[in-house]
Amino acid sequence: MRTKIGTIALASAATLVLASCAGGDGGGGTSANLAGEGSGDSCVIEDAVPVGAALSLTGAAASYGESQQRGLQLAKKELDEKEGVTYDLTIEDDQTDPRQGITVFEQLVEDGASVIIGPTLSNTAFQAQPIAQEESVPVLAVSNTADGITEQGDFIFRDSLTESQVIPQTVQQAKETYGLERVIVMYSNDDAFTESGYDVFASSLEEEGVEVIDTLTFSKSDTDFRSLLTEAKNANPDAIVVSALIEAAIPLVTQARQLGIEAPIIGGNGFNNPQLMADAGEAAEGVVVGAAWNSSSDNPQNADFLKAYEAEYDAQPDQFAAQAYTGLMLIDQAVREGCSGEREDIKAGLGSIENAPTVLGELSINENRDAEHPAVVQVVENGTFTVLD
Amino acid sequence: MQQLLNGLFIGSIYALFAIGFTLVFGILDRLNLAHPAVFAASAFVGIELVEQAGLSIWVTLPLVFVLGAALGLIIERLGFRPLKNRADAHFAGLISSIAIAGMVIALLQWRYGPNTRRFPVDTFPSSRYEVLGAQVTLLQIVILLVSLALVVGLTWLVGKSRLGRAMRAIAENPGAARVLGINVDRVTATTFAISSALGAVAGVLFAMNVNSAQLGMGSAIELKGLAVIIVGGMGSLPGALVGGLLLGLAEVFAIQYIGSSWRDLIAFGLLFVILLLRPQGLFGGRKVREV
Repeated sequence: MRTKIGTIALASAATLVLASCAGGDGGGGTSANLAGEGSGDSCVIEDAVPVGAALSLTGAAASYGESQQRGLQLAKKELDEKEGVTYDLTIEDDQTDPRQGITVFEQLVEDGASVIIGPTLSNTAFQAQPIAQEESVPVLAVSNTADGITEQGDFIFRDSLTESQVIPQTVQQAKETYGLERVIVMYSNDDAFTESGYDVFASSLEEEGVEVIDTLTFSKSDTDFRSLLTEAKNANPDAIVVSALIEAAIPLVTQARQLGIEAPIIGGNGFNNPQLMADAGEAAEGVVVGAAWNSSSDNPQNADFLKAYEAEYDAQPDQFAAQAYTGLMLIDQAVREGCSGEREDIKAGLGSIENAPTVLGELSINENRDAEHPAVVQVVENGTFTVLD
Repeated sequence: MQQLLNGLFIGSIYALFAIGFTLVFGILDRLNLAHPAVFAASAFVGIELVEQAGLSIWVTLPLVFVLGAALGLIIERLGFRPLKNRADAHFAGLISSIAIAGMVIALLQWRYGPNTRRFPVDTFPSSRYEVLGAQVTLLQIVILLVSLALVVGLTWLVGKSRLGRAMRAIAENPGAARVLGINVDRVTATTFAISSALGAVAGVLFAMNVNSAQLGMGSAIELKGLAVIIVGGMGSLPGALVGGLLLGLAEVFAIQYIGSSWRDLIAFGLLFVILLLRPQGLFGGRKVREV
């Protein structure tokens, strides 16, 4: 027993030592000179403003995280060319794991980040963002679409539209175009993101007076959907509405076309990924997806972004890249607004963004710290997303 | 009709997986839990061969078969042979095969990353047929035929051939088999090689069939494979086929008549009932040793 107490005492002593070490490092960021002079384009800040980002660079959401990383790096490169303010961008991998997300956020806060971008997935966001809120570090979510993200605290902002902003427009537009009357709904019922997407679909369909013939559920790890799709096919619906992640979306769409289902497939945000066309090939034709970013928009910010992204990476950007790119641009605007890289000032700056011209269109941050800008409904035609009208 | 065929095709995948599994499990009485890892590894390597090396699927399949056989030899050499003389050899082998599975998956993750991968769109001719009003792909027919052919071929191999007799002798009594002049190590290694080669081919076919290959694809099917073996009857190759088809059909009809959320509950509940009524499995004899 004595040895046990000894061990515990030793362990707690070690913890104390560690904690005090960490305490010593903390606040290191604030010693930098982040208050600048001037305002807007003439703002000059001496030190680089530390910006942290927690992205899912490995794990299930890695394909999203990689896009975001590219978007951020492109934005940083362009901002560095502007006079006056520079950014010190640190991108960390949350491994698509909420626990890792917490660790990364703690580290970024510790290292003195003035603002944190991310994390990639909503379920990680719910775990990690409160850490920044507690330490009064502003967070800008650039891909979270679940409801309640910004309700976590007054330091949490986002530039990504929520499912409940995009899906009703998708359903409405699809109903208009295809004359939907009866649909089948399919979703994976063991994932928070797809389940919340389903809830919005269900209520929007009801609002639009579209009859749901049947609701079919599957598991997010499923890869064979043929029996479910046969059920769907037998009901002869006007469309199949699906809330699923891209991992399930690709086999689902492929198999639907194999079974001879010609009805349009309407997907949630998980479908909004060029990987769908790359991996499902012809089967992806006719898939309808609501999105926050209109890739074919001809507003000048978007045209420049498309050109720059392609020149930099020799690839087409997706919505995640566009939103991440916009995120850093919005932070720049917030910093220049008060000409300060301090946490409180960035928070105030983000809150005051109104009708900012961005890649996503004219963007405002509303009183709930959520973004407001037009959504777009797309359909896959000849292997690319085009606007549905 | 479509649902019946869906069930048959899902079932034939389960069967394909289970046949390789049961060869080692049912006949040598060793549970090789590295089998699901071989299943996943072959799918990833197969994708790389088609995608990077630009090989046709008809060249890739034999290569993957050889790769599987090689993996089988490695698994046997590392995971089972060093432990074979221990009193708890069965259990020790089971644990060491879990370790090998973990290592294989870790290697795959290092080589290919964590993302879901797929065969290029036009790897396999995407011909579709209409059979009695149901849609069937060429690939599904191939899978069903391969499963059937393997069952017939392997049943002959185990039942009639010299190798098969040696396998059964070893299962009965390794010591006595050795005295009778059978090279126990070689026959055991051969069995592992065949078993893993089948698992490898199953992995590639599965990945093509569902247009998706994930690191966890083996473990997702592992339990179903085990259930299929036990329901079909330990070590019975036709049992593995029938068990697989039965599970596939049970899943499909659970979806059709009861509801998609209840699929696994119904399918496994049914298997449970079969085991209660017929503990030795559908094709298992009441004898201690079968095959």
